[in-house]
Amino acid sequence: MNLETHLRSRRSLGKSLLIPYVTGGLGEPWLQIVRAVAAAGADAVEIGIPFSDPIMDGKTIQEASQRALDLGATFSSIVAQVATLDIGIPIVVMSYYNPLHHAGHVRSASMLADAGIDGAIIPDLPLDEIGPWADAADDAGVETVLLAAPTTPDDRLGRICERSRGFVYGVSLMGVTGERAQLASQASVMGERLKAITDMPVLLGVGISNSEQAVAAAASADGVIVGSALISRLLRGEGPDEAFTFVESIRSALDA
Amino acid sequence: MPAPQRGTPVDLTPAQASDGLDQTLGRFGEFGGRFAPETLIPALEELEQEFNSAWSSSDFRNEFSELLTSYAGRPTPVTECRRLSDALGVRVFLKREDLTHTGSHKINNVLGQALLTKRMGKQRIIAETGAGQHGVATATVAALFGLDCTVFMGAVDVKRQALNVWRMELLGASVVSCESGSATLKDAINEAMRDWVSSVESTHYCIGSVVGPHPYPTVVREFQRVIGDESLLQMREQLSGRDPDYVVACVGGGSNAMGTFAGFTDTSAQLIGIEAAGLGLESGQHGASITRGVPGVLHGAKSLLLQDEDGQIVEPHSISAGLDYPGVGPQHAALAATGRARYESATDEEALLGFQLLAETEGIIPALEPAHVIGWLMREAGQSVPTGSTVLITMSGRGDKDAAFVAERLSGRDS
Repeated sequence: MNLETHLRSRRSLGKSLLIPYVTGGLGEPWLQIVRAVAAAGADAVEIGIPFSDPIMDGKTIQEASQRALDLGATFSSIVAQVATLDIGIPIVVMSYYNPLHHAGHVRSASMLADAGIDGAIIPDLPLDEIGPWADAADDAGVETVLLAAPTTPDDRLGRICERSRGFVYGVSLMGVTGERAQLASQASVMGERLKAITDMPVLLGVGISNSEQAVAAAASADGVIVGSALISRLLRGEGPDEAFTFVESIRSALDA
Repeated sequence: MPAPQRGTPVDLTPAQASDGLDQTLGRFGEFGGRFAPETLIPALEELEQEFNSAWSSSDFRNEFSELLTSYAGRPTPVTECRRLSDALGVRVFLKREDLTHTGSHKINNVLGQALLTKRMGKQRIIAETGAGQHGVATATVAALFGLDCTVFMGAVDVKRQALNVWRMELLGASVVSCESGSATLKDAINEAMRDWVSSVESTHYCIGSVVGPHPYPTVVREFQRVIGDESLLQMREQLSGRDPDYVVACVGGGSNAMGTFAGFTDTSAQLIGIEAAGLGLESGQHGASITRGVPGVLHGAKSLLLQDEDGQIVEPHSISAGLDYPGVGPQHAALAATGRARYESATDEEALLGFQLLAETEGIIPALEPAHVIGWLMREAGQSVPTGSTVLITMSGRGDKDAAFVAERLSGRDS
C-alpha cells in the first residue's frame, strides 16, 4: 500500500490523521496490540525496531526497547512477524540507522518491502546522510519519512519536504520522545511552518500525550503520532483492549 | 625550532590538515559523517562555522595558548625512563600529560571548547565521562569560565571512580548517574545527547573524545594536537634531530592518541594505538573496536563498532573506565584502513602489570588507560618492538583516580 497516497486520501475526507506507535517485540501480545490500534481507527501504524542505543527516545521507549531486546526481538524477527499482519492500513517502521546499515541498505530495504512494510522513519539519518539508504529504499518501494525539527531553518525545511516520502514528521518540541504534561508551544509553529510550504501530509509527533493535546496539535497540521503515552500503558501491563480504548478515545476526539 | 620549555607560551601554528578530510561531510575515508537527529543539525553547523573561524584567528589561538600555559601548565615535559628502559631493553620516553592541571590530557580539549562556548554565547556546558577525567576537566573549566555544568556518567563508573564524582561536585557541576544499558561511557554519551536535543539552543555539548558527529572528531583532534606538536620537537631535541621509532598511545575513543599522532603523521615513526583487550580478545569481553569491530553508525559517526549480527551494540569490557567504549574515533578507523597507524591491544592483567612496573621503576603511577601501553610494551619489547628501539608513549593521565580500585584488585594476591 502506498503510504502517501493512503494518507492523502484519508486527509481528503476532512479528518485529522492518527498514527499510533508500538514497540515491536514488546511481549507476546504485541501483534494483537497492533491489530487493536488499527481497529481503533488508526490511519497507519508505526512499529519501532528496538535498538540498544536509542538517543532520540526518552525513558518510556528506552524501557520498552530494552524489554523487547531482552525478550529476543531482532530486526529480522520483527519484520517476519509484521509480514503476518493484515490490518488494511499502511505500516511504517521506526529504526535507528545502525541495524539497517548492518544488514545492508539493499537487503534491509527489500526485507521491509517483502514484509509489506510501506515506510521507514530513521531518526539518526538526517537529510545530509540519507543518499545511500534513500536510493535503496526508493528502489524497493519503501517510503522514507524525514523529520523536521523546531531548530530547522526555513531553507532546509524546504529541502526536507522535497526529499521526504509518505509524509513529513514534524518534531513538536525540543527534546526526545516521552509524555509531557502540556503540548509544547513549538508544536503549532512547527505545523504551520510545514503546512505553509508543502502539500505533503504533515504529522506532528514527540510528546503528544492525550486526546486534548492531539486535538490542539492537529489543528496546525494534518495529524499526529502518539507513542510514549500508549507504550507507558503497555509497560504498566495493559493489553490490547486498553490499547484499543486509548486509541479510540483519541480518534473520537480528533473526529469530534 | 627549539623544544618547548615548561611555562613558555605554546606555539599553535595552524595545522595543515593532511588527513583527507572532506569538510562538507566530515569524512575520513569511508568513516565519520554527521548521523545526528535533525534537531541537532543546525547546532552542529554552527559549531563547525565557529570552530573554523576561531581556529583561523590568531586572537583565538593566542587566548587558547595562553590558557594552556598559565592554567593547564603546558608544555608538559617528555621524561626519559632510564630504569624502565633497562628493564625492557628499549628506550622509553613518556609525554607527561599526567602533569597537566586536573591530571590528564582532557583539559586541552575542554579549554578549547569552553572558548568556543563563550564565542557562541552559550551559558551551559554538558559532558559525558567514563573514567571521570573529562568530567573533572569540564567541571574545572566551567568553574573557571562561570558556566553551568552537567556531567553524565554511567552508574558503574560512578561507583568505580567515586573520587572523581566528588571532585566534579566540589567544582560545582551536577553529576547525573546513567542507569541504562551497560551503565558506562556509551550510555553516558546517549544521555548527554538526549539532554542536548532538549537544550541545544542554550547549551554546548563538550564531547571529550574524537568521536561524535562532524565536526567533533576534527575539533577535538585539533585541540589535542598540542600533545603531538610539542612531543615532535621535544623528541628531536632528545634524539639529536631524529624521530622516535614508535609513537604509542592508548585508544578508547582515541583523543590522546589522535592528538599525539597528529604531530607525527608526516614522520617515519610507526604509530600504534593500544586498545583494551579486557579479559582477552577471544573472551568477547573487551573494548577492542578496531581489532574486532565492524563498520557501523553510533553516536553520530560511522566508525568501527562492537556489535552483534543484528546490528545491536555490544557492551564492552575494560578494567579502565576510559577504554570501556564499543566504538572509536572515525579517524582512527581510517588510519587503520590505510595502514598509517596500527592497532594492538593489552588485557586487564597486562595493564595491571604495567601500572605496577612504571610505579616501581620510575616513581610514576599511571592511569589504568595508559598503563595498557606499558603492559603491551612489556609483552612486545624484544619481540615486535626490537631491542634498542626508541618508543614515545603518551602518559595520558595519572593514576590517583585508580589507586583505590587497583589496591582492591591486587589485595590478597601473593605478589
